Amino acid sequence: MLVILKRVGIALFTIFVIVSFTFFLIRNTPGDVMQAWAMDLVTAYGMTYEDALAMVKSWYGYEAEKPVLEQYIAYITGLLKGNLGKSFIYKVSVNEVLVKALPWTVFVISTSLLLSFAIGVLLGMAMAWKRESFLDPLVTAYASFTGATPDYITALILLIIFAVNLRWFPLKGAYDATINPGFTWEFIKSVLKHAALPIAAYTFEHAAGWALAMKGSAVSVLGEDYIMAARARGLKESRIMIFYMGRNAILPLVTSLAISLGGMVGGSVLIETVFNYPGIGWFFGEALVKRDLGLMQGLFLFLASSIIFANLAADILYSLLDPRIKLEG
Amino acid sequence: MVETGVIADLRRFLYRSIYEPLRIIVRDKKALAGLIILLFFLLMATIGPEVIPLDMRTNFAERFKPPSREHPLGTDYGGRDVLAMIVHGSRDVLSVAFLAALFTSLIAISVGMTAGLKGGMTDMILNLATNAVLSVPSFPVMLILGSVFKVTNAVTFGLVLSIWSWGPLARAVRSQVLSLKEREFIEAARVMGLSTFHIVFRELLPNVMPYVAINFIDTMRAAIGASVGLMFLGLVPFSATNWGMMLNFAVRQAGAIYLPYAMCYVLSPMAAIMLLELGGVLFAHGLDAVLNPRLRS
Repeated sequence: MLVILKRVGIALFTIFVIVSFTFFLIRNTPGDVMQAWAMDLVTAYGMTYEDALAMVKSWYGYEAEKPVLEQYIAYITGLLKGNLGKSFIYKVSVNEVLVKALPWTVFVISTSLLLSFAIGVLLGMAMAWKRESFLDPLVTAYASFTGATPDYITALILLIIFAVNLRWFPLKGAYDATINPGFTWEFIKSVLKHAALPIAAYTFEHAAGWALAMKGSAVSVLGEDYIMAARARGLKESRIMIFYMGRNAILPLVTSLAISLGGMVGGSVLIETVFNYPGIGWFFGEALVKRDLGLMQGLFLFLASSIIFANLAADILYSLLDPRIKLEG
Repeated sequence: MVETGVIADLRRFLYRSIYEPLRIIVRDKKALAGLIILLFFLLMATIGPEVIPLDMRTNFAERFKPPSREHPLGTDYGGRDVLAMIVHGSRDVLSVAFLAALFTSLIAISVGMTAGLKGGMTDMILNLATNAVLSVPSFPVMLILGSVFKVTNAVTFGLVLSIWSWGPLARAVRSQVLSLKEREFIEAARVMGLSTFHIVFRELLPNVMPYVAINFIDTMRAAIGASVGLMFLGLVPFSATNWGMMLNFAVRQAGAIYLPYAMCYVLSPMAAIMLLELGGVLFAHGLDAVLNPRLRS
């Protein structure tokens, strides 16, 4: 119990470090960003440069005259109340953007995580069970390919083949705008069709890693005495494979789930941008390109904290699933 | 009879550091393929730009041309030769990746060594920092840094890519130092009263280097993927021929993915990235076998 508390403490401390890091990073640099923004306003609306700069400053909530410490405390208090900040381009709070974007990202990423995990575990089990089969070199080659291909390149290839040329899937959006959102078959079909390519991209990119990890884990489990004992008892092969090898081999992979999740969330910026899929990654990408520091900071903080908590949850879950493992402080 | 003198030293060095590793890599088909791919890109980045001239002037009459004898990979949205851009871009992509891997390794070795050697409070603080770096994925951090900092050259870009990437290597170096510290030869060096400087640079570093070397290639690969990704998104636009910049223009600005006859323009930078990364993956496997004799079958 004490160990878990310590882990939670470390996670909270890490989030605090991230919060401070982004605060001071962004607070120290908005100078030229604001000037560039003001110049845009000058050319767009023909206002004077001073007016434009004042307006931009008020949007940013940038109060250079206040001491930094005061701003920092105000920011932290805001965060503690659940206020992630404001977006300057959309003129709404980051929380509102999150509410709109989060369901899509959670849907696509959780589906991809489960799908790639399931495919990888099955492939890995098959590889470990039947060594020297055709599967092994095939999956190894597949793993080299995905290892060599950044996820956004995979996404681009899928986009070019299936959306641009074959036109099987749409080029952008999370659902067909002409359909009213609701619990209808038509709407669900549209959502699935729009999510198919992003899910395929993540799954294709991550399944090979699971397969290799599962194979390695399963091969070492096969050397255990209880497998031999099960064989000696004359248990059915399929039973040994699934309940003796599979169940035990899958355990060490649980901690990697959080790492894989982190990889997917990190990749979501480019993948959602490639597919024009309006999730958190897409908004984060827009914020970066348009230098929307408020949205950038808020979304980043949200992403970082969710991954830190996912890591924590995976560690605790692992120690609960496998009583042989004790959490280390 | 044992040969002595400079010539013999040189011969021994050549045998041990060049001939033997090469022999192991050449015997492994995959590693050889990786080596050839990497050498190909190295040549492309070093002498390629001298052989193939780059003309960045726009010539809209020649835009989006399919491959021809004059333009083996077609032309881009401004009528410029894609092959020349890929060749000139390779220098930029490789130097950024090299610098990123260099900075990452330097930070990781310093942090890992200090934590492992000093122990106590220093170790605890460095461990907390490493934990923080490890538990937040590096790509979003690079995106933020790339968006906030004005990246105008390969050195600053390399820094942006390495500030949040040193976690895994630092942790590995620390644990290696911790186990090496207990070994007899370090104990002996301490008892002999050799300086910490000597212990770090003559005793510990040579033992940690093999791991760092393999990691170097993996870090370079990650840096290639990340740097091109950052540029693809439109951040850090400091070089027009960088493959990520080419992709950004082709896909996000010129809409070349919708033009069947411009396909070669879109696919060229993608293929270049994939091939270069594949070379790295294959070569790293071979290097693993050279440096870890136990892996050799």
